[in-house]
Amino acid sequence: MPANARSVPSIRPPNAAPASSPLSAPTRRELLKSTGLLTGTLALSSALAGLAPSRAWALDLGTFSSHQGAVILAFSRHLYPHPTLDDAVYALVVKDLDSQAASDHAVQQIVLSGVRQLDQVGGGDWLKRPPALQLVDVESMQGTPFFVTVRSTAVVALYNNDMAFAHFGYGGQDGHLGYLHKGFNDLTWLPEPPDAASGPIPPN
Amino acid sequence: MAVQGNKIQFANDDADVVVVIGSGAGGGTLAGELAKKGIDVVLLEAGKLTPNSAFLPDEWASFKQLAWQDKRTASGTWQVARDFPTLPAWICKTVGGTSVHWAGAALRIQPHEFKTLTTYGNLPGTNLLDWPLTRAEMDPYYDRAEDKMGVTRTHGTPGLPGNNNFKVMYAGATKLGYQQCSTGHMAINSVVRDGRTHCMQRGFCFQGCFFGAKWSSLYTEIPQGQATGHMELRPESQVVRIEHDRQGKVTGVLYYDAGGRLMRQKARLVALACNSLESPRLLLNSESAMFPDGLANSSGQVGRNYMRHTTASVFASFADKVEMFKGTTMAGIISDESAFDPKRGFVGGYHMETISLGLPFYTSFLKPGAWGADFAKAIDAYAYTAGLWVVGEDMPRETNRITLNQDVKDQFGIPVADVHVDDHPNDVAMREHGFRQGAAVYLAAGAKQTYLVPPYPSTHNLGTNRMSERPADGVCNKHGQSHDIPNLFISDGSQFTTGAAENPTLTIVTLALRQADYIAGQMGQHAI
Ligand SMILES: Cc1cc2nc3c(=O)[nH]c(=O)nc-3n(C[C@H](O)[C@H](O)[C@H](O)COP(=O)(O)OP(=O)(O)OC[C@H]3O[C@@H](n4cnc5c(N)ncnc54)[C@H](O)[C@@H]3O)c2cc1C
Ligand code: SF4
Repeated sequence: MPANARSVPSIRPPNAAPASSPLSAPTRRELLKSTGLLTGTLALSSALAGLAPSRAWALDLGTFSSHQGAVILAFSRHLYPHPTLDDAVYALVVKDLDSQAASDHAVQQIVLSGVRQLDQVGGGDWLKRPPALQLVDVESMQGTPFFVTVRSTAVVALYNNDMAFAHFGYGGQDGHLGYLHKGFNDLTWLPEPPDAASGPIPPN
Repeated sequence: MAVQGNKIQFANDDADVVVVIGSGAGGGTLAGELAKKGIDVVLLEAGKLTPNSAFLPDEWASFKQLAWQDKRTASGTWQVARDFPTLPAWICKTVGGTSVHWAGAALRIQPHEFKTLTTYGNLPGTNLLDWPLTRAEMDPYYDRAEDKMGVTRTHGTPGLPGNNNFKVMYAGATKLGYQQCSTGHMAINSVVRDGRTHCMQRGFCFQGCFFGAKWSSLYTEIPQGQATGHMELRPESQVVRIEHDRQGKVTGVLYYDAGGRLMRQKARLVALACNSLESPRLLLNSESAMFPDGLANSSGQVGRNYMRHTTASVFASFADKVEMFKGTTMAGIISDESAFDPKRGFVGGYHMETISLGLPFYTSFLKPGAWGADFAKAIDAYAYTAGLWVVGEDMPRETNRITLNQDVKDQFGIPVADVHVDDHPNDVAMREHGFRQGAAVYLAAGAKQTYLVPPYPSTHNLGTNRMSERPADGVCNKHGQSHDIPNLFISDGSQFTTGAAENPTLTIVTLALRQADYIAGQMGQHAI
């Protein structure tokens, strides 16, 4: 597995608690405005369908253009490739970087110049480059401030939200009141440990 | 007992009070015990008072709510310094200290582990030393601590029921031929006890127990101490200096209060319990003309012999679902490897304990810095994954130490702690063995793939003010009383002479109970 060459601090607490519905249904105003906007449609089979307000989703960008957002999204997909994970979840990486860039000029410069560099490599539009070559580009950017910023944001933003929890099968907040009566010991494909190794289940 | 308010307030110039700094496992217990004996105590805690009803079922949000996030730095060749250069340790800054985040594993140190120099010999590159205490001296206090904390499988308290993660461990352990695998000794109520409910199998033990089923000084010793009318808790009070008089006795402390004002609290006696990074930092930062190398440091051992256990994790994915996040985080233990058996190529032993991480922490800790298809595949298997943690004895070394980083200052302008570690070859050999055996457990249970995970930021931090028979070898005596200054005590895990293979908190609480008896006795005789 390719590891980040310069091995940077990977612990960066997220900017916000996971939002249960981080994306909104596109409004007419958003569809008409000129600044950045990412849109998509959840696959019919997606486990996330129940979590989003509608199958069509939109993410309003404050700093990046639609194209820049799409490049970051594609880059994130190469970093953490989950074939059946919806773009709506990868869009949260863009959202997190977009809000970091809004308040931190250095981050903005790092991200924008990285996107510019990718577009140059791609002859003006990195998104048109074949995916296999895109992956080579991602690999060759390891250790650069752009790579480090996107990766360290992505590893948190991508997996710290209810849509990811549903996709990967993590209970998240569902566990708040406990699994005592919700299957904490429901595994049946191995033998039950003897009573002496385990303990009594409280009645209530 | 619920979190509650103070019944008494002491004046800042009241020089008769005992000041306890830090309200975690050690300090919270000591303060509560002294108060129950009628001794007046001011308990100063840097963190906020967050009641368990406010704990969050969300790993990162909880980390932000409760963890110590003031600056620290890391150096040395250990992998943590590379992976987490500004987060060498995972410790809490909140009332209750790290007893809020702990998982509850409560094991007695084995008799031979109190005598490591005698048992292991003088291993090159180590600073091994026998404790000035024996297991026999500790046992009556271990009994009291276990009873107080409701440790399972002791004093008639039943074990906890095993969750899915435990079932996988148990199946693999027994196939491998291990004999000592169970849901262990946990300071988590398996039955309603001590006014607290039984475990609800939430799986957020590392985020604080919302139900209060797991022992924490936050909702046991601290409110019990307050209820006596002899203890005042002052949250958001960060001590920056311990002061002394011309005779070299401590007279009080300087701290920043919640409003950022610098305050002086006078004291008859000061007990230091800030965990093993901040306690030596405070002693070093309290240097004076009389004590130019820091307080209680005539031995030069303050900050040295830092230990954090030899740790590693093994996760493994299976064809069927595990859902390790359901139920207690440390749900089971294998202790067969904890004995002294140098035939394995190392001294000391280790335990294997189940561990589970939620998706946010799993992705951040599985392979720090990693990306790409293999990593993504490991995450795809999250719901099918079981996990265990190796926790073993690491070697004390003089050069593994806390020093003041003069280039990096905290919010008060005070040098932060730098944590320097170079693994001893014994630590490396033990970790490799643990990786192999942990993987073998899961392969025996039918794992498709195993993942060997390097140490997290240290959760067990020990040894930086160690106890010793001779004043030249350590910082305090067998009661935690500093060799140099009779009215200055060390009351946290930094007292440990060596780390042993066991999770440390039961022993920290046990030492605090013992120390409370000693302090009360000495005060009664007007010796201090
Ligand atoms: C995730 C996790 C899981 C764990 N699981 C287990 C387990 O299963 N079993 C086990 O035995 N141990 C476990 N531990 C370790 C255990 O929590 C610690 O060993 C124990 O809490 C240490 O006690 P202490 O009194 O030394 O310090 P702490 O409990 O950390 O208390 C120190 C307190 O001092 C305060 N403080 C620091 N500096 C100052 C200052 N200058 N002024 C005022 N206050 C200050 C801090 O804010 C803190 O509240 C775990 C730890 C973590 C993080
Ligand atoms: S699993 Fe039990 S001990 Fe852990 S947080 Fe939940 S109720 Fe508390």
